[in-house]
Order: sequence, then structure tokens, then C-alpha cells
Amino acid sequence: MIDIGSIKSRPEIFPTTSRLSRLDRRDHFLARLGVRRSQHRVEPGLYALGNPDPDSLVFVTSNYTLSFDALRSVLGGIDAYILVLDTRGINVWCAAGKGTFGTNEIVLRVMITRLGEVVRHRRLILPQLGAPGVAAHEVKQRTGFWVEYGPVRAADLPEYLKTRKATAEMRQVRFTLQDRLVLIPVDVIRLLLPMLAVAVALYFVGGFTLSLAVIATVLAGTALFPILLPWLPTHNFSTKGFILGGLVALPFTLSALLVHPGRTWWQHAGQALGLLLALPAVTAFIALNFTGSSTFTSRSGVRREMYRYIPAMAWTFGTGILLTGIFSLIH
Amino acid sequence: MNAYLENTLVYDPKLCNGCAMCVAVCPHAVYEMDGRLARLVRPQACMECGACQVNCVTNAISVESGVGCASAMIRAALTGRREVTCDCS
Repeated sequence: MIDIGSIKSRPEIFPTTSRLSRLDRRDHFLARLGVRRSQHRVEPGLYALGNPDPDSLVFVTSNYTLSFDALRSVLGGIDAYILVLDTRGINVWCAAGKGTFGTNEIVLRVMITRLGEVVRHRRLILPQLGAPGVAAHEVKQRTGFWVEYGPVRAADLPEYLKTRKATAEMRQVRFTLQDRLVLIPVDVIRLLLPMLAVAVALYFVGGFTLSLAVIATVLAGTALFPILLPWLPTHNFSTKGFILGGLVALPFTLSALLVHPGRTWWQHAGQALGLLLALPAVTAFIALNFTGSSTFTSRSGVRREMYRYIPAMAWTFGTGILLTGIFSLIH
Repeated sequence: MNAYLENTLVYDPKLCNGCAMCVAVCPHAVYEMDGRLARLVRPQACMECGACQVNCVTNAISVESGVGCASAMIRAALTGRREVTCDCS
């Protein structure tokens, strides 16, 4: 515990602007690629946007650059304070889920920055998605500051500030095609090396078709799945992934049936069945892992689907690999 | 967007004081104000983020909140840690 009483002088108020520099954009680009994932941080503390006075609004955000920049970039022409919490470089919603964007951190940060001496009013504007970690009534009790939950998206702030009322639309998270598209690079890049390694290894076992099948399967899970998410039927990510993986595996299954004239029909059938079992399981597993990126899956639901479908993925994958292996080696 | 069909959200309107905080913090429009009380209108859309429970002064809401992230849970299971954390930013 930090002894607040021992901090004699008020810490520095950092100056900031609403303009994003080329360096900021480069940082956003790298963050979207997943490069140095935990390093996109802002120094926690109090920031002055423009020339705020003791009556200026106070906005609260996390110390992830994308969060901080999303906030300040929509506040052009507004003089305000921004209180940046220490969320260890994690965005507002995820940090709120873990409690690092939370009541205790707000109380601590308000004390450390001596916000009560900087502004005359007693009101903090928080992003709505900070709410899972913050008990508004407790912040009031412990600091004297009222918590006001603004809209979900920073982009809606200018409109919100006109009336200080959020519309139902502003209060709802979405998961639009664009929201889903920006998530793809991180997952593709993360699986790129293992995918290529397996593809190269399988080239020597089963030829070009098999390596292509591996690449198609992984890309189906990492790229195609997020794009097609709303249009895949069923109510959980695993079965959605199985369906998509099955569709993508189909051409490879058929090609296993068609080519290689030197083999018997049951060798063809065995290998085709092997692919049809093994490939969709991989897509389904990657799809299941996309639950954390989505904006609407619950913990109890994800747990239920894990217990139900991970064994199915393991069995179909194992059996499929075994069949493909056996029938590749027989000839 | 599809969500799971069941969840752990329980709301007792008898304890509601009408502050409307749940309506403000819910990202999936699960609640609406019906006169002076909050009412569950889309309970099946709940993602168990816990925002309403944490911000309900009268404890009228209970939900087993947590992060609905399979990779975090798999990692927790593999490392034997109870606390589910993620490496996302």
C-alpha cells in the first residue's frame, strides 16, 4: 500500500493533444499486428488536454495506447483532464474484467494525482465498458467523486457531451465486420510459423495437396471464421468452426478420392475420411479460441462448450490423423 | 449476433431501487426501465460481464461473472492456475 500522505508535492500533469502523430499511428499498426503486445503503454497519471481549468471535465481511461488515443483523438477542441489508470497496457474492457481497471485503481489514482485539488467539481466520466471493474457507489464513498458512465465507444463522446445522455444505441457493444476484420492479423501472425512448419513437414509425407489443406484449414479458422461468424448457423463457436472447417476440407477430401490411380478404392476412402475428420477439428479449435475476441460470449457458455466439444475435437482429430497416416503409408 | 442460450444471470426486481445503473452499464441491453423498476427484457443476451451486479447498490442482481475466453481458460487449466488471466491487450 502506498502511503498517500507521504507524497508532498503533486505529481506532474502531463500535457497531451487530440492530434495523433505518425508515431502514434505506427504504434497502432504494430499493436494490431500483435507486435510487442504488452508494450503499447501510456504512463499512468493525470493528463491535460488543451488548457483545462478547475471546471473542466475529467475523463478516465486505461494506459493502453489504443484506448488512450481513441479517447483523446475525439476530444478535439475540448479542454479537459484525462486520468489514465495503470491497467498494465490492457484495454479498458479486458482490464475491467480482471479488475485492474477498477474501483481500487481509481481511488488510488485520484489520491496520487490529487485530483480533488486540481478540479472544483466531483465528477469522473468513465467509458461504459469500464463498469465490470468499477462500483460507482464505492468510488463515490471513498473519493467523493461521482462516476458517470459515458458511451461504449469514444467516437460517440462528442454527441454524448451535448446532452450528457447516452442513447440505447451508444450503450450497446457491436461486433461489426470491421470490428472483426481488425482482429484477424494478430491471430494469423501468431499461427503463421507453426502452420508453415506443419505444412512443410506434411509436404514430404503427403505431398502438396496435404500442405495446402493444412494452410487452408488454419486460415479458415483465423481469417474466414471471424468474417463469417454471424452467418454460420448454430449457437456456439465450436460447431460453427466444425461446419466451416468441413466446408473448407471438402475439396481436399474429394481430391483424395480422385487422384492416385494406382490405389484401391478403400485406400482412397480411408484417406478422404481421415482428412474429413482431422481438418475440421483444427478449424473448430481455432474458432473456439476466438470466443475471447468476441464481444458477447459468457464464461459459463464458453466453459460448457469447452467441456462438450474439446473432447470431440480431440477424438476426430486423433482418428483422422491415424487414418490419414495409415492409408498414406500402405501404398 | 448469436449468443449462448443459457447463462447465470439472476435478478430480483423486489430489491430494485430504480437507480437505472444496470440499464446504463449493460452492453447488451438486457435491462430496461419499466416505470420505477428495472426489468429484464433480453436475459438471453447476457454475457456475464458482471457490470450490473458490481454497480447494483441493493444487490438485486447476481451473476457468475468472468471472461468468456476459451484460450484464457485453457491456459489456466494447463498451468494449473485458478485465476484466469489473458495475455490480450
